Amino acid sequence: MLTRRIIPCLDCKDGRVVKGVQFQGLRDAGDPVELARSYEQQGADELVILDVSATPEGRRTAHHTVEAVRAVLSIPLTVGGGVRTVDDARALLEAGADKVSVNTAAVTSPELIDELAARFGVQCTVLALDAARPSDGRGPDFEVVIRSGKERTGRDAGAWAREAVRRGAGEILLTSWDRDGTRSGYDLEILRSVCAAVNVPVIASGGADHAGHMVEAFAVGVDAVLAASIFHDGDTTVAALKHELAAVGVPVRIESTEQNP
Amino acid sequence: MSDVSDAGPEVLIIPTGIANLASVEAGLRRAGAQVRTSRDPAELVDAAAVVLPGVGAFDAGLEGLRGLRGIAEALVERIAADRPTLAVCLGLQLLLHASEESASGAAGLGIVPGRATRFPDSVRVPQLGWNLVESDPACRLLGSGGYAYFANSYRLAEIPAGFACGLADHGGRFVAALERGNLLACQFHPELSGRYGAALLRRFVERAQEVQPC
Repeated sequence: MLTRRIIPCLDCKDGRVVKGVQFQGLRDAGDPVELARSYEQQGADELVILDVSATPEGRRTAHHTVEAVRAVLSIPLTVGGGVRTVDDARALLEAGADKVSVNTAAVTSPELIDELAARFGVQCTVLALDAARPSDGRGPDFEVVIRSGKERTGRDAGAWAREAVRRGAGEILLTSWDRDGTRSGYDLEILRSVCAAVNVPVIASGGADHAGHMVEAFAVGVDAVLAASIFHDGDTTVAALKHELAAVGVPVRIESTEQNP
Repeated sequence: MSDVSDAGPEVLIIPTGIANLASVEAGLRRAGAQVRTSRDPAELVDAAAVVLPGVGAFDAGLEGLRGLRGIAEALVERIAADRPTLAVCLGLQLLLHASEESASGAAGLGIVPGRATRFPDSVRVPQLGWNLVESDPACRLLGSGGYAYFANSYRLAEIPAGFACGLADHGGRFVAALERGNLLACQFHPELSGRYGAALLRRFVERAQEVQPC
């Protein structure tokens, strides 16, 4: 049977891995190639690189980062951040990404999802969906936010997920904007809502602190969990987490020769 | 381990147009191969090793392959001659007679009997992630079982006659890989399957080295 995935996320800017809380207050967290190699050795099932630079120079640097990571990496790599067009996606795939995620541009121009799926396949087309609890208690229960959380759309997260899948998204990277970087646990209600809305794999993101949070997320139906801070800060390793998950019956991939530093 | 000279064997990749080649190229280089793409049917018939990659939809992949003049025939010829050939993901499905995914009912290359069908709705589709491959002992290139990375919505559910197979389960058993002589076709992505996939690619490259005419 298919195992549950653990996916470290590298937010990259100017060739370095950075980390902030709710996408703000970025601080340096290391070299992307070194971290990628280390996470693969620990047993990471996949990696995500998000380019958070948002400038033309930053985009070029991000391509070099993807190339350098690809050369050492023999697990799947999803890359996102600032993908607006099919050509943006193609450039990342040529640099070595296996999947491309789209976020803001997919909300403002949903046909981008159709185009990516037609050109590269659904298995290559990831919808990054940032969802937030409504600030004023009005509107949908879980609202889609874009432009790194700066803009609320008034759209319901589950409805948008359904539309994106209908258009060709093959996976959903679902981030709770309220929980991102807080280490207070995944927003289980948002996860439950989107998992019920679609039949494609869902990756939980935003709020992970320890294995217990991941067990909760898997229990509501996600296929993979993404985390950043807990790995970059060295609080735990992928291998340690997998052993904790396996001990409570979560099916994970554990290879006997993996290092557990 | 076979004796590997400083220059590994050359592996030619068929650029079907829709496939992302960066990962498969990097994986083969790590396995010790010299890698380049080729659209030349004559050299693809005789090359020490050929890889047919593939991601995306069956019709688009078939169109990409048929759009390269003489390539489909070259593949059929080299596989009939049992020259080392590796098909990956959609590449496996292109070797079949047909796929449920094809809107037009287009025929595949017909090298492997069978028709690809969609995973049932009882499981998440596409299958994205690591699944356990259980291997027939006759699988020399595939080797023993292990966890491999899959990214597919369609699969071959019946074991094709005349092939040794590795099987996995996602809403029922399906063919994870099949091999016969020097042909290996993987539904999973060896280039993305960590140590398990790397070992497989090394065996394939070594096989190409052994078979290569001096």
